[in-house]
Amino acid sequence: MKVETYASISGNKKNKAVVETVAQIIFTICAFFAVLAVVSITLYMIISGTPAIFKVGIKELLFSTVWQPTAAEPSFGILYVILTSIVGTALAILIGVPIGVLTAVFLAEVANKKLAMVVKPAVELLAGIPSVVYGLLGIYLLNPFMYKIELWVFKDSKTHQFTGGANLLSAVIVLAIMILPTVINISETSIRAVHPSIKAASLALGASHMQTIFRMILPAAKSGIVTAIVLGVGRAIGEAMAITLVSGSSVNMPLPFNSVRFLTTAIVSEMGYSQGTHRQVLFTIGLVLFVFIMIINVALNSILKKGAVEHE
Amino acid sequence: MKNRSSRVLALVGAFVLMVGSLTACGNEASEGETSSSTTSTTATESSEAESSEEVQEETALSGSILMVGSTSMEKFANALSEAFMDKYPDVTVNAEFVGSGAGIEAVNNGTADIGNSSRNLKDEEKEAGAVENIVAIDGIAVCVDTANTVTNLTREQLISIYDGTVTNWSEVGGEDAPIVVVGREAGSGTRGAFEELLGLEDACVYANELDSTGAVMAKVASTPGAIGYVSLDVLDDSVIAVALDGVEATADNIKAGNYFLSRPFVMATKGEISEQSELVQTWFDFVLGAEGQEIAANVGLITVE
Repeated sequence: MKVETYASISGNKKNKAVVETVAQIIFTICAFFAVLAVVSITLYMIISGTPAIFKVGIKELLFSTVWQPTAAEPSFGILYVILTSIVGTALAILIGVPIGVLTAVFLAEVANKKLAMVVKPAVELLAGIPSVVYGLLGIYLLNPFMYKIELWVFKDSKTHQFTGGANLLSAVIVLAIMILPTVINISETSIRAVHPSIKAASLALGASHMQTIFRMILPAAKSGIVTAIVLGVGRAIGEAMAITLVSGSSVNMPLPFNSVRFLTTAIVSEMGYSQGTHRQVLFTIGLVLFVFIMIINVALNSILKKGAVEHE
Repeated sequence: MKNRSSRVLALVGAFVLMVGSLTACGNEASEGETSSSTTSTTATESSEAESSEEVQEETALSGSILMVGSTSMEKFANALSEAFMDKYPDVTVNAEFVGSGAGIEAVNNGTADIGNSSRNLKDEEKEAGAVENIVAIDGIAVCVDTANTVTNLTREQLISIYDGTVTNWSEVGGEDAPIVVVGREAGSGTRGAFEELLGLEDACVYANELDSTGAVMAKVASTPGAIGYVSLDVLDDSVIAVALDGVEATADNIKAGNYFLSRPFVMATKGEISEQSELVQTWFDFVLGAEGQEIAANVGLITVE
């Protein structure tokens, strides 16, 4: 069978040339689609995001804290929204990365094969759960639980505005869980990629298994773990669906028990009925998010390049 | 070996693409043929002729209507004018959304055929010639979770809950529990109407700003001590609608004018409808008829008889 196809294709030199050209054209077209998408999205974001910057003023937009887009004298300050995205993502990383990296160590170094066979598919399944499901679980399980904590913490407070558990902490917990699969998978790969001679040398010199892991293996896998963190940040800052359901979505200072609005949820929640300058400002928020994600990508690329140099 | 198999793949891929595009073309051509052959049959021809005659009678109406007024009525007015222009293709309905007052002024000036207003007309506006034609009613229900013991709120209590001066249910006759204030996102028509009717434009202190009626209901239903507002037509058993100033939130009470969280949607004309042009009269027949009222119900409004 194989011999036959081989004969039929390369039996004729002319045919061979045609195949080469056609295949090349197909590949070029496919590659062009991705480039076209990136270029058009970038252009679109810049074209639709910049008018509001001039209309509202960049200082007013980025550094004012009052978000009243439909008032008689509208105010479009997104400082709290930007801060919420930064603080929320940072907290999610603070919670998610240690858990993720330690799980990766467990999978790669500590767990016996049987246990790893249980944990590994669970992690993979976690990556496949749609974000709206995280959000729904957040509304029905996390928010009521958070509300109990809120009621207890602010029992005697006269000034706190009760949010029913829809707050920054809920969103952070959901985000931390959502970045786990990314962090675990990439960290595990990088831990497994550490050369066995490093581990063997460390053990031979009398270090315990744990000492070897924390002093030798993890430092050696550093660049892979940093990549995992950066990708986790990217995932967390771009997530909208899950957190729009659990964060309360009022524009407030990003304190743990405040109802908050992220860059992503600000766009999602008001795009429906917005008009005029209000809509343009929502595009500007998209542009701000776009810039954040570009910065993360550039950082990731430079880290990967550095890692490649180190390996050489 | 690997190289050869990749070439086979490429060839197969190219072939599949080509065949795909060819069959697509083939389909189009054959479809065109069949459609032209069916139209040539006499049966379809005669029925088509009949229906086109009917259509012609109706479409004899032509011209344009200019509506100016309330931004709150934008969704309703656009839905109406789209349906109207579908029915009468030669008519254009232009709608501008600049505010209720400006709309009625435009009608009184004679610059617009219809002035949209999301409030009752003032006496001086009526004296200037505008006639109030109520085409639908917008009603909002205030809801709390099913365990809440508060069943009635006064206008003042509702205002103080939403502007943040009252934060505990015990202050309005309920249990000692904090109030979780739930509302809609900026730009929502329901939020606009609610804040306007209570005189709380952009003064509300929300703990949750949710982007759909369903989300508000779900949040209120699942949070002890929550209060929210939704369009009257979507209320269900998962929440309790509180009475306002002792009046239950029902369509009948709203039509009778006793329930304060409601407002009429008025399409004002200069002089009675019967004095208007044939085109505008047809418009009102349409809006107040079955089709127009169905559209009103579809956008969450209460119909008028």
